[in-house]
Amino acid sequence: MARKISYQQAINEALAQEMGRDPSVFIMGEDVAGGAGAPGENDAWGGVLGVTKGLYHQFPGRVLDTPLSEIGYVGAAVGAATRGMRPVCELMFVDFAGCCLDQILNQAAKFRYMFGGKATTPLVIRTMVGAGLRAAAQHSQMLTSLWTHIPGLKVVCPSSPYDAKGLLIQAIRDNDPVIFCEHKMLYSLQGDVPEELYSIAFGEANFLRDGKDVTLVSYGKTVNTAMDAARNLAGRGIDCEVIDLRTTSPLDEDSILESVEKTGRLVVIDEANPRCCVATDISALVAQKAFASLKAPIEMVTAPHTPVPFSDSLEDLYIPDAAKIEAAVLKLIEWSAHS
Amino acid sequence: MSQIHTLTMPKWGLSMTEGRVDVWLKEEGQVIAKGDEVLDVETDKISSSVEAPFSGVLRRQIARPDETLPVGALLGIVVEGEASEAEIDALVEQFQASFVAGDGAEEDAGPTPQKVELGGRLIRYFERGEGGIPVVLVHGFGGDLNNWLFNHEALAAGRRVIALDLPGHGESGKKLERGDLDELSEVVLALLDHLDIPAAHFVGHSMGGAVALNTARLAAQRVRSLVLIASAGLGEDINGDYLQGFAQASNRNALKPQLIKLFSNAELVNRQMLEDMLKYKRLEGVDSALRALLEAVFADGRQQVDLRGVIEDARQPVLLIWGSDDAIIPVRHSAGLPARVEVLPGQAHMVQMEAAEQVNRLILDFLQPL
Repeated sequence: MARKISYQQAINEALAQEMGRDPSVFIMGEDVAGGAGAPGENDAWGGVLGVTKGLYHQFPGRVLDTPLSEIGYVGAAVGAATRGMRPVCELMFVDFAGCCLDQILNQAAKFRYMFGGKATTPLVIRTMVGAGLRAAAQHSQMLTSLWTHIPGLKVVCPSSPYDAKGLLIQAIRDNDPVIFCEHKMLYSLQGDVPEELYSIAFGEANFLRDGKDVTLVSYGKTVNTAMDAARNLAGRGIDCEVIDLRTTSPLDEDSILESVEKTGRLVVIDEANPRCCVATDISALVAQKAFASLKAPIEMVTAPHTPVPFSDSLEDLYIPDAAKIEAAVLKLIEWSAHS
Repeated sequence: MSQIHTLTMPKWGLSMTEGRVDVWLKEEGQVIAKGDEVLDVETDKISSSVEAPFSGVLRRQIARPDETLPVGALLGIVVEGEASEAEIDALVEQFQASFVAGDGAEEDAGPTPQKVELGGRLIRYFERGEGGIPVVLVHGFGGDLNNWLFNHEALAAGRRVIALDLPGHGESGKKLERGDLDELSEVVLALLDHLDIPAAHFVGHSMGGAVALNTARLAAQRVRSLVLIASAGLGEDINGDYLQGFAQASNRNALKPQLIKLFSNAELVNRQMLEDMLKYKRLEGVDSALRALLEAVFADGRQQVDLRGVIEDARQPVLLIWGSDDAIIPVRHSAGLPARVEVLPGQAHMVQMEAAEQVNRLILDFLQPL
């Protein structure tokens, strides 16, 4: 049997196995080694939450601490990728994207296109996303839609330890820049993960639950919230299909449409702010291509259009939870019943 | 002497923690024989029937259709001989008061598969039961030891039964040197050596049947008998579209129509079965292992190895079991051989899963005098 490990361990294992397999893979970022040289427990801390712990000694010279300058080290990673290396670069919090956006948006994402398909940029940027850690407005955002908007980037948001390992291995082997979004509240989530190497193809959504009444679409942490809601709703006789996008770019349009054509009802769950986010994108897709199948309006469950609040109780209210998803589903069921 | 038996939720495979009762197949008051199918249960992996582990009268249906119950929960009461309603009530009450559901797969310290390194490759095998001449279960192309989920325990009552993952499959090492039947047979023989088994009865399904036949060809003295289920190696025909489609499928929409060809009941191919198969197919080395096997054993959609001679030599007793509607390897390959042939009407390629009870009985009857 596959053993159970955490989301964090799954990411660490994917990095270790790919570094072991391919000498061009290396890690760089702020504090990814962290404290190396100090004796004892705190030696080579492995990043702010310890995700890369153990790799510094296992792969000497291939886990590089950088200065606190995102524009500098992300640019260096982009450059290394264009020269045949496969850097896995850590942008500690996605909220720091503003400091290095030009390197990603105007450089890495553009090379394949601007050099007529002759240039590849096999870069992975691992970054922490999402709220719930009481880390306030500048360390809690869900900026996945920012990346999804940019052609030339691939955007990955694993929801489970199994997916985290398989999608990160795929990200490292991919020849395009990949933004790998790790939800910080998932790091301790346990799940079955094979010891062997495996990769999960991009652009193929995962059906976590088959259902006939309502389609729930999400990605990342809120996939688990959607599953909780689906379990609760099953007790009330409502049968939800749950789709995990796995990657928001490329997007598995076919799976979403196939499901909505069956259920006729759609709830999209997205922890991001509600304007121009993945939820609005999918709502538009379904309204445009599966309108005739819809039995009720599309519902979106997202964060409100505010920064993530620092107050604990407000932050809890901010994050989409199972109760909000259940309410949205019930609204659709009732809508169909009364129309 | 009378005896009140409790019929409980079975545990099919290591990860099963609960099952949903689908439908009762026997009425209250009906006489049932050991091995009869009493009710249908559905898990997230598969649906199947619960067989009576004892004979008697079904006195109570405790579990209701659509009820989801943990492994070990009380499903019904079967009485051998006489028992009053009050006695049954007392037993049910006592059972329900003391029953504690297991916390999950890890908590259950039941038998588990093991791994061993043989000649530089990792082989997973699962040993159950004790005594007698051992039985070896060999799965088919793309399968693993879980293909024997509904057979292994039943066959292991009073007998040592070993199921393995062939190289390239399940949780065994994925690397194949040549990908031919000899390589697979060598691994099976190496496992027998490791387990100190001089000779065994071989039960093989599909390509596993060809592995069993080939092992008998290479080392006749180590094969006491052959049970070949929907076996390869007995004719040229095989569903080449299935083989190619299965090998190429990398997502659930591509895989589903292929897996449906294996079963008579298409609904068995559920989300979990597809996901488990995709998880296997994503593992590093699986794709090249499957392609190597296709090339060596089933090139151009034809079976490349004819092993009918092994049966014609008649050195071992042979039982052939086939589903009449097998869409992968045609049932007519069972004809014209000096073997006992059992064709199960309406059944498909995965007959040992879909008609587990019948197949188990046939195998046990066949092995009993041997």
